[in-house]
Amino acid sequence: MGHQDIKFYQTGTFTVGNRLLPPEQRSVQADMERTNSLNSGHRACQGCGEALGARYAIDAAMRATGNRLVAVNATGCLEVFSTPYPETSWQIPWIHSLFGNAAAVATGVAAANKVKARKAGLALPETRVIAQGGDGGTTDIGFGCLSGMFERNDDVLYICYDNQAYMNTGVQRSSATPPAARTATTMPVGDEPGNEWGQGKNVPLIAMAHGIPYVATASVSDLRDLEYKVTKAMNMRGARYIHIFVPCPLGWGSASQDTIKLARLAKETGLFPVFEAEYGEVTNVSKIRQKQPVEAYLRLQRRFAHLFGKKPRLDVVARFQEMADQNIRKFGLLGSDRAAVGFPGSEHK
Amino acid sequence: MLKQCEGSHAVAEAVALARPEVICAYPISPQTHIVEGLGEMVKAGEIQDCEYINVESEFAAMSVAIGSSATGARTYTATASQGLLFMVEAVYNASGLGLPIVMTVANRALGAPINIWNDHSDSMSQRDCGWIQLFAENNQEAADLHIQAFKIAEELSLPVMVCMDGFILTHAYERVDMPTQEQVDAFLPPYVPRQVLDPRDPVSIGAMVGPEAYTEVRYLAHAKQMQALELIPKVSREFKEIFGRDSGGLVRPYLLEDADTVVIALGSVLGTIKDTIDEMRADGISIGVLGINSFRPFPVSAIRRALSHAKRIVVLEKSFAVGIGGIVATDVRMAMDGLDQRIYTVVAGLGGRNITRASLHRVLRMAMHDQLEGLHFMDLEWNIVNRELDRERQTRRSGPIAENILRDLGQTKSNVG
Ligand SMILES: Cc1ncc(C[n+]2csc(CCOP(=O)(O)OP(=O)(O)O)c2C)c(N)n1
Ligand code: SF4
Ligand SMILES: [Mg+2]
Repeated sequence: MGHQDIKFYQTGTFTVGNRLLPPEQRSVQADMERTNSLNSGHRACQGCGEALGARYAIDAAMRATGNRLVAVNATGCLEVFSTPYPETSWQIPWIHSLFGNAAAVATGVAAANKVKARKAGLALPETRVIAQGGDGGTTDIGFGCLSGMFERNDDVLYICYDNQAYMNTGVQRSSATPPAARTATTMPVGDEPGNEWGQGKNVPLIAMAHGIPYVATASVSDLRDLEYKVTKAMNMRGARYIHIFVPCPLGWGSASQDTIKLARLAKETGLFPVFEAEYGEVTNVSKIRQKQPVEAYLRLQRRFAHLFGKKPRLDVVARFQEMADQNIRKFGLLGSDRAAVGFPGSEHK
Repeated sequence: MLKQCEGSHAVAEAVALARPEVICAYPISPQTHIVEGLGEMVKAGEIQDCEYINVESEFAAMSVAIGSSATGARTYTATASQGLLFMVEAVYNASGLGLPIVMTVANRALGAPINIWNDHSDSMSQRDCGWIQLFAENNQEAADLHIQAFKIAEELSLPVMVCMDGFILTHAYERVDMPTQEQVDAFLPPYVPRQVLDPRDPVSIGAMVGPEAYTEVRYLAHAKQMQALELIPKVSREFKEIFGRDSGGLVRPYLLEDADTVVIALGSVLGTIKDTIDEMRADGISIGVLGINSFRPFPVSAIRRALSHAKRIVVLEKSFAVGIGGIVATDVRMAMDGLDQRIYTVVAGLGGRNITRASLHRVLRMAMHDQLEGLHFMDLEWNIVNRELDRERQTRRSGPIAENILRDLGQTKSNVG
């Protein structure tokens, strides 16, 4: 089949028409055979980044495993909007147990599949497992189970859909909520409105510190990259972690049609570094293509409206800019630089 | 084959004979020897085709068990006390999802104050969790019940908790007749799940259910426990056919037929009670015992049938519901509803306090003369209790209770000594 060499550079995106690509590089979603694992008809809000991310991730994992996939879901928006009784959007074997145990339940699924494979005389199980949860289910309440699964190097891909708060319960702060953000438990009142400036909890880096085979961050602004990372992860064995940035129009107070734009701005400002790491070492970063000021990102979201109100908090905006610039330096997000700073675990292979 | 071995060892061997496919382990006294034994057997290849997973908490242990059971693997874990409490959310989830996991609870007291010794507070705290709860009287029965538990669990698609007294049984060396693999294979068929995470036939397990169906789903959990009332004795009979001994069942009567006074209890204390009752019978006293083997489901009809002729019932419990009293006694009252009987609750053996024949003689004789209060704490040291109550009346900042009492005890001892 005739095709052209790809010229990626268009205005601010990596978008490329599938017809320009050789078939093996075409996106899973463009494939007529895609499984629609998370089928239409679910109850997510319009413009939900989590629904979009999950659809691409699971379909890609299905293709990578020859449709032999089980998903374990933590409690949260994805679980609730996909399975209101008596309906289910899931076209694959799917289990929801609790809020904080998805990683451990997936370990159990993997263990059972391993035993079954051995009994059938197979060297490796054919059926693979993904665990998935929101940022709350991952970085807070499910963190112990997640770390245990990493440490044992269980054959599980864990996907965190990070929308930066407890959305399903009405937008409360999680350990992934950015500073200054308005949530229902960090209201924009008082001298320091919104969420406190803490130290933050960077779960991708913590995952790397476990030295597991694969860690990646991804974003719904680059779905082809997301599919690539999920596919790559499913072609590996052992504990793997992908942290996907998924804007939430309802929780962030953003327009439904701005979901992709916000995700792209998070990456282009440097606020959300997109990278891959293997065995604790960064192996690849997605460069910023057109650096954007953090203000462009913050202004589109009502959760940051108090920074630009009657008493603008330019000092807070400047701190965000510092955060972004630090990420840019640390991960080498600009130009052709390599990462400037060593990552935990990168000193030994 | 007859063996002189530790209770934990007997249980580990029994579990091994059931051919488990996934075992999750997290240590807590007095359960440790069981999972240690199983770990060694898996590593040595004595249990084949089994994954043994050292998890990071009891919450993870039960969660891993949920995942593997839902994937169609025969799954086992064990815990006790704080460990059981730490996994509670997943304990309810396993039964709610109808997953036939088998778990040993090596019964131990609950903190605070932290205490590693035996009582039944841990299992009793989970009496409403939807699991079947079987109590073992001795190590032979502990081993046998595990083999029966897999059969009951898998037939009903419900999890089963086998409760055995921590230390008193887990760490005691007794003679146990270990079944052979052939016997167990003949008794326990391979696990055929009702629901399984299988890409060839995808299902959604654990979906959200609202008011339109929640009551029905919950009622079905109850209905299954009612089915267990028939299945547990049936499995016990089948067990006897193959293994030639009585083990399990709902209740176990002893010298009951003509007894005016009947003692009800669970677990290893039944041995001491039976010895006491033999002595009382020798004195011409009309007394008997009913052991409860299945606490959940609670065998209401079997108990009523066995006790309808009794004049009085003494329920001896190794736990109690703070603020009301007996837990088992409350259920017994329900079973005996409408009958004219005195029902006494005797709370005994908390946190490992010895239940002696002397104390039993004293308390049971008081009951026979109807001189016992409705709720009696056996061998309670009133002077210690009153001293602390006094202190609290006198001083606002009276300090931590347990530490005060230990200090008082030290003083009493040194005063005496
Ligand atoms: C043990 C427990 N605590 C709290 C909850 C309530 N709860 C359910 S979903 C949820 C928020 C989920 O947040 P997150 O994991 O970030 O997923 P999102 O809904 O944002 O996608 C909370 C707090 C629960 N179900 N279980
Ligand atoms: S609240 Fe947010 S995460 Fe939840 S369904 Fe709506 S957009 Fe998606
Ligand atoms: Mg969230």
